[in-house]
Amino acid sequence: MSAYPGQRGLRNPLKIARGLGSSKTGVHHWWLQRATAVALVPLSIWFLFLVGDLVPADYPMVLATIGQPVNAVFLIVLAGCLFWHGALGLQVIVEDYVHIRWLELTLQIALRFGALLGALACVMAMLAIWLAGTPPS
Amino acid sequence: MPNTRPLSPHLGIYRWRVNMLQSTLHRLTGLFLCLGALLVTWGLIAAADGEAAWSMFVGFFSSWIGLMLLFIWSWSLLFHLCNGIQHLVRDTGHNFGPPTRDRTHDPVYWSTGWFVIAVSVAVTVLVWVLLIVRMQGGAA
Repeated sequence: MSAYPGQRGLRNPLKIARGLGSSKTGVHHWWLQRATAVALVPLSIWFLFLVGDLVPADYPMVLATIGQPVNAVFLIVLAGCLFWHGALGLQVIVEDYVHIRWLELTLQIALRFGALLGALACVMAMLAIWLAGTPPS
Repeated sequence: MPNTRPLSPHLGIYRWRVNMLQSTLHRLTGLFLCLGALLVTWGLIAAADGEAAWSMFVGFFSSWIGLMLLFIWSWSLLFHLCNGIQHLVRDTGHNFGPPTRDRTHDPVYWSTGWFVIAVSVAVTVLVWVLLIVRMQGGAA
């Protein structure tokens, strides 16, 4: 008979649990989400001030401002944290609401590539602006 | 074999609290901010591309639909930020659990969400008032 409630057959519970992964990396996602969140708190406040400062978005002024080394570095870090944090959040949303297996898998892969692509695009754009230097005004 | 065990009762049995609204809004604003990240990407790419691309970007966000999107995005960002900070504070576990639970009053974490919502709305209004003042000052 069963050794524990819900058991079917004679298989030992340990045999069933083995291979399903250790209990050591379960909080990895949680920690990454918090770490990127902590980074994004000052970064997004700084970003709001930057955007406010750029209004009314005169092109040479925008290039000169975001091309400044400090601003450029912070924008690159912001893009990285933003897309990373966003991907972690989207992952949970897909896990929670998408129950069609093939669709879930497709979305999980697509959102990771999408986040990577978005972050890379931001970094490349910032490098292009930064390295082009401020046009003489 | 399908699982025939009874499911635990879900949303229907709980008394409504602001925490539920916060949780839903945190997800919705987070989802919306992911689209906002693409907006930031578009802006940076347009700036790197040249004046014509940048004008198109600015043109879109000067339109009514663009301004409306920006307004919702600004509040989404501020709500997600304020609520996220509350999440981080609560993650420390401070003031939770039986030792600090006063059975004669509702615990404070049932209602501090209203403060978070109020602050996010107030700062959003402040940001847009400052922006409008700045635009008018620039035009004059």
